[in-house]
Amino acid sequence: MDAPQIGRSVLRKEGRAKVTGQALYVDDVTPAGTLHGVTVRSPIARGRIIAIRFDPSIPWGEYTVVTAKDIPGVNIVKLIADDQPYLASEAVNHPEEPVVLIAHRDRARAAEARRHVTIEIDPLPPVFTIEESLARREIIWGADNVFKHYSVAKGDVDAAFANAAAVVEGTYETGAQEQLYIEPNGMLAVADPRRGVTVWGSMQCPYYIHTALAALFNLPVDRIRVVQMETGGGFGGKEEYPSVIAGHAALLAWKSGRPVKMIYDRAEDMAATTKRHPSRTRHRTAIGPDGRLLAMEIDFTIDGGAYCTLSPVVLSRGTIHAAGPYACPNVRVSGRAVATNAPPHGAFRGFGAPQSLFALERHMDKVAAAAGLAPDEFRRRNFIRTGDTLAVGQTIREPVTMGALLDRALALSDYHQKRQRFERENARRSVRKGIGLAAFMHGAGFTGSGEVHLSSVVAAEATVEGTVRILSASTEIGQGTNTIFSQIAAEALGIDAADIEIAQPDTAIVPNSGPTVASRTCMVVGKLVEMAALAVKHALIDAGYLPAFYSRTEFRSACARYIEAFGTLRGASQYAPPPGLKWDDEKYLGDAYGTYGWAVYVAEVSVDTRTWETRVDDFVAVQEVGKVINPTLAMGQIEGGVAQGIGWALYEDVVWREGRMINAQMTNYIMPTSMDLPPIRVYFEEVPYAYGPGGAKGIGELPMDGPAPAIFNAVAQAIGADVTRLPLTPERLMSVMEESAVG
Amino acid sequence: MAEAPVPRVACRVNGRRVALEGHPMSRLLDALRLSGLTGTKEGCGEGECGACSVLLDGELVNSCLTPLAHADGRSITTIEGVASDVALHGIQQSFLECGGSQCGICTPGMVLAAFDLLSRNPNPSEEDVRVALAGNLCRCTGYMRIFAAVLDARRRLGS
Repeated sequence: MDAPQIGRSVLRKEGRAKVTGQALYVDDVTPAGTLHGVTVRSPIARGRIIAIRFDPSIPWGEYTVVTAKDIPGVNIVKLIADDQPYLASEAVNHPEEPVVLIAHRDRARAAEARRHVTIEIDPLPPVFTIEESLARREIIWGADNVFKHYSVAKGDVDAAFANAAAVVEGTYETGAQEQLYIEPNGMLAVADPRRGVTVWGSMQCPYYIHTALAALFNLPVDRIRVVQMETGGGFGGKEEYPSVIAGHAALLAWKSGRPVKMIYDRAEDMAATTKRHPSRTRHRTAIGPDGRLLAMEIDFTIDGGAYCTLSPVVLSRGTIHAAGPYACPNVRVSGRAVATNAPPHGAFRGFGAPQSLFALERHMDKVAAAAGLAPDEFRRRNFIRTGDTLAVGQTIREPVTMGALLDRALALSDYHQKRQRFERENARRSVRKGIGLAAFMHGAGFTGSGEVHLSSVVAAEATVEGTVRILSASTEIGQGTNTIFSQIAAEALGIDAADIEIAQPDTAIVPNSGPTVASRTCMVVGKLVEMAALAVKHALIDAGYLPAFYSRTEFRSACARYIEAFGTLRGASQYAPPPGLKWDDEKYLGDAYGTYGWAVYVAEVSVDTRTWETRVDDFVAVQEVGKVINPTLAMGQIEGGVAQGIGWALYEDVVWREGRMINAQMTNYIMPTSMDLPPIRVYFEEVPYAYGPGGAKGIGELPMDGPAPAIFNAVAQAIGADVTRLPLTPERLMSVMEESAVG
Repeated sequence: MAEAPVPRVACRVNGRRVALEGHPMSRLLDALRLSGLTGTKEGCGEGECGACSVLLDGELVNSCLTPLAHADGRSITTIEGVASDVALHGIQQSFLECGGSQCGICTPGMVLAAFDLLSRNPNPSEEDVRVALAGNLCRCTGYMRIFAAVLDARRRLGS
């Protein structure tokens, strides 16, 4: 048997291909005769299409042109609600909505032709904000502009408010955030009525695209094939939108009979594809004389954009996380996702939880102050403990160590000493300092009964050479799927991770393991990898080919003997929920997640009161995510998430005009560079989770939740004023200070 | 009507004499990629992200902003020219071992930016590394492991 494979920093499986530039992304492959596809989009937010005019100066005969009437199946992007067309034909509901597709063998000529199509639209009054949508002067979606409403309730909230020692209120807002993966979205398609449709591309969820294409082309699923190429980052931005691009490329391929490549340039990717939902959260909190939480009333509203897409699920996660890691006997959360005439907002790391946790953790500092307690002491008194019940009715049965995480974060950041020192020194300084913390959790895997509905499958197949190939639809998008799956399978099989091969996600070969989202790849699909690998091992043992203790050579010869005798050696696994896990979809009550990652983050900031620039000087991230499979990759996940959180808090400002992002360039949408980030210091507590592979939980989204509220709490200390709206750009901070000086 | 012949620009790419095809004012990025060297990536097309970084006569440039005509008679190094046939360059080995590459799309540009730094300054501080990589954006790592990789490469190449 080999040394333990889990817990080691095994080198990234595809790392060599990446550092040498050999890894193939979709734009690196161009079959002979490929046409380049472009999209003609709505110039306005809302209206009725009167006509589509093609400028006669363009020789349209040389081009392939597709409109809604060329669609062989249903003109709907299959997801949750059947409301979003692949190509608008009668009405447009947001700027950049796709209307016409054009392809030409010359990329530049395709791009030029796009400017010679005019979509004539009779405009209708648009809706651009949460407030306008809720005012319902214009109904732009369904009966009331509301995609989804959730209510979570526990205890007797009204009675608790009547008996409160103090009540604290606050409203918090977050802006949209662009995922800004460095590889823009792209797809390559071949399609014809005889052979069906095949697409290769940049994606997180091959089977989402598979389902969407079958409906779009009205073809049986075995005539659709989806292959993931190397993918240059996703962060949720390649969860649902790739179904649109894949469909568009395939429609052009279907009509032209040629391969069609559709690669978005940066401006198009930023303007037309999904972003993090803007949000508004209102808190009303009651506390007792002992500084304990008595009641929380939370109104959480997100802006879903023009179509439903994934908004109900984003809302669900945000609503469930809204009351955070606290034991509060009376809680009422109302969550709503509303429609506006902006391009649909979508999946982005954290999926609603960063928004509601930002509001909660900024608010908790204000509640602590009202209770006369320090931010850390107030939280410590109210943390959830084993045996306590969350707002959705989930009783936490496993060990929860929030107090220990807090202690460690305070010590590592020198929180108390610095807080006092900054308090003392700030009055005399033009650059003021602050230190703030945030405590939070993140549920791993799909919410509620989601994993049961997905019923994910993974297979493992041995070869005569003694290597084992893992077949799953989970995609490597930089987060380390290939590597951790190799480690998990190798550990189960007692062989080396180098002897595991990860099959390229290709729906013709791999089973449906569900989407690569929701911090589920390691914990949920990884567990299935472990089970499938164990099935291979047990088959060898049951056949009498493998002794109790074995070497690599013995494993290889056992595989060879088995395959010679039985033809193939394949193990498979399918998701089954951990025992005792219960969720009621109707009442929206129960065990919302199999488990949670828990964390306490501390940010130290400087605010220059001459320029109102905020800089993060130090960052400590302490978390418990079960057993860490690969320390280097896990730290990379946390550091990258913290960097995105810092960007969301301070720099990344999507500027809207008439529903359109007007700063759709890296030049004026500012993400953190190497010069902007503090040292990000990452620490793990390891409490093994009984139902995760080797004890691991999910990790990917957790680090997005904590940075923004920790930074805002630090800024509040530095400047002695309330800050409630992100991103906290210098302009916004200046106006906060001017208002507070006047008020 | 016969199409006009595609203009060519003679230069050296990764030590080999080649003729890159394209209009003189087209982007060096496109000419390299059309020639089969797809390791040079396009992230933004406006000189912000550095994914298309190459060395032009030893100087780090964004190939998306470089007209092909500028390559005339000059020497270009792309990511494909960094490793030898048998072994990774020390910088690549450090990126691999330190976790400096996640999704990989910024990696070719990052490796070339690190190459450029270490050839100008064999003993950089972390601050020097931060400054040298400021034109190369990474959305996955938060840069910490990239800094570690470059400092590890400094040690590796120094010894």
